[in-house]
Amino acid sequence: MSAKRTLFEKIWDAHVVAEPADRSPILYIDLHLVHEVTSPQAFEGLRVAGRNVRQPLRTVATVDHNVPTEPRGTPITDAIAARQIDALQKNCKEFGIRLFDMDSPEQGIVHVIGPELGLTQPGMTIVCGDSHTSTHGAFGALAFGIGTSEVEHVLATQCLAQQKPKTMKIDVRGRLAEGVAAKDLALGIIGQIGTDGAAGHVIEYAGEAVRALSMEGRMTLCNMSIEAGARAGTVAPDATTFAYVKGKRFAPSENQWEQALESWQTLPTDEGASFDRVVQIDAAQMSPFVTWGTNPGMVAPVTGRVPELGSVQNGDRRAIELALQYMALEPGKRIQDIGIDRVFIGSCTNSRLEDLRAAARVAKGHHVNPKVRAMVVPGSQSVKRAAEQEGLHRIFLDAGFEWRESGCSMCLGMNPDILQPGERCASTSNRNFEGRQGRGGRTHLVSPMMAAAAAITGHFTDIRNWKFQ
Amino acid sequence: MKPFGVHRGRVAPLDRVNVDTDQIIPKQFLKRIERTGFGEFLFYDWRYAQGGKKNEAFVLHEPRYKGASVLLAGKNFGCGSSREHAVWALSDYGFRAVIAPSFADIFANNSTKNGFLTVCLSENDVAELMRRSREIDDYHLTIDLEKCQVRDDKSFVANFQIDEFVRHCLLHGLDDIELTLQHEAEITAYEAKHPPLRTLQELAR
Repeated sequence: MSAKRTLFEKIWDAHVVAEPADRSPILYIDLHLVHEVTSPQAFEGLRVAGRNVRQPLRTVATVDHNVPTEPRGTPITDAIAARQIDALQKNCKEFGIRLFDMDSPEQGIVHVIGPELGLTQPGMTIVCGDSHTSTHGAFGALAFGIGTSEVEHVLATQCLAQQKPKTMKIDVRGRLAEGVAAKDLALGIIGQIGTDGAAGHVIEYAGEAVRALSMEGRMTLCNMSIEAGARAGTVAPDATTFAYVKGKRFAPSENQWEQALESWQTLPTDEGASFDRVVQIDAAQMSPFVTWGTNPGMVAPVTGRVPELGSVQNGDRRAIELALQYMALEPGKRIQDIGIDRVFIGSCTNSRLEDLRAAARVAKGHHVNPKVRAMVVPGSQSVKRAAEQEGLHRIFLDAGFEWRESGCSMCLGMNPDILQPGERCASTSNRNFEGRQGRGGRTHLVSPMMAAAAAITGHFTDIRNWKFQ
Repeated sequence: MKPFGVHRGRVAPLDRVNVDTDQIIPKQFLKRIERTGFGEFLFYDWRYAQGGKKNEAFVLHEPRYKGASVLLAGKNFGCGSSREHAVWALSDYGFRAVIAPSFADIFANNSTKNGFLTVCLSENDVAELMRRSREIDDYHLTIDLEKCQVRDDKSFVANFQIDEFVRHCLLHGLDDIELTLQHEAEITAYEAKHPPLRTLQELAR
């Protein structure tokens, strides 16, 4: 009998190209996703060294970070952003890389289009110069973010020398209650283990609540792994995974499907395999969460309060004080008393069809509070079309939300979608760092349902008491 | 890559935990397509008020920390976005190393590719160094990668750990793409057994 292995170990073992005696193992990369912000210096490095892209067929590019979300065809007014997009176009052409460009019907956020095109598949190693590459782990792939030097490394060699991370199992017992979304589970976990709680580890999310999640929910959960400091997040592939992948444009075709399925079914962690760490989470303890501070671990239930400082110990106290000062919140304030100015529904965390359906269900028959500006930014052109076919855009527009073109948008505000200084935003994105959505902007992370509800009432509202129409 | 052997430099204390890469280099400065020129935007939102007025109170603007090349910081330094621009900005500003109780994985990884050192010391040691850098004028530290040691000119000495291969590359300024390409035969053999999926090949059409 061979040793019992985890999902991560199986993928790792299958991709080790070489194990030099004095160096980290060299890992083969199946799929390299590329976008405009972290790649120009990598391509320039190739040119300087006279190197080529080793596997253009394993490299796929799109523009997402700084594309405007106004109607397509609107010129990019930011000259430097335009130059970056232009550089990617030229680089893809020069090196023979497929680019889903601004005018492509399949353009979108790199972590949304990979899965929806069927490029993301179980058992793969996937990298991208973006920390939220962890999203693709939802398919039982080993997917992680890299810096620009490593982007260049993968372009040149299709490999990466990597120290083997440790393994961590997050076992979520029980089921999430109605109104508690995958986003809430992610925030609840980070609140519990901290923003560096999984540093150096690859997480495998397991347990009944995780099995019950749709692929969209699993992507949201894995997406936020990096906010807990993890190298990657994974979910073992199962019938839900296979049903999602089947028939996608670049998924194995009919005559390859059985063979692919057979191999994917061997991926889940063996019964009795051991992890370096195991964390138990009780799904019943999860509720709709709202972040109150300046990192995703600073989180409270919607029924809770901003922390009092009295109970806090030395080390964290200063961080909390700085956070509350930045967020302009008094200690002890009720979360539901926090009023908002802006709502952003989008990002690689929560911009898929299911997210938009959840938000639209809340918005239906209501109207955005007059003091709030709310925008919905679908993750991709495909998501946008599918939502429009269902009439979701009508619901949003009738309720007073803006309905925009796909891109990263206000998650990081590299395009014109930004918060003004002092504005407070309920956002379905992944980071509430200082200035992330615009200098002086104050971000509260929530689920799509919670964001839609806040847009309508003008303050954080417990979605579990919502009157759906 | 610029080798890192022994570096002695002035020390600046940034007494914050979870310093994320959005703080190190805010997104509005990520649009450059070069690796250089990011230093002037380092910690921009902390260094400059709205409208561009210099925040004289920010630690890096205190005259006593001018020209610092060693940064002290709290735990989980470099968390968040994978942007290597954060390392480029620190380097371009003049820093050669950061000393903190812990670092985010991607940031630490990016540092090693740029001849930039991340040194993990205990919370107590970092707190002690923060204290000394505030109390002692023109406080300098020596970071000795050959001995894996941090020391000052007084009594402070602490050893740190680093992956042996990473240390080797930093000491000699090695290009790790070249090192991987030394395994060309193994990569080619692996690829022969693992061709891209046919559907991915169709991408070319």
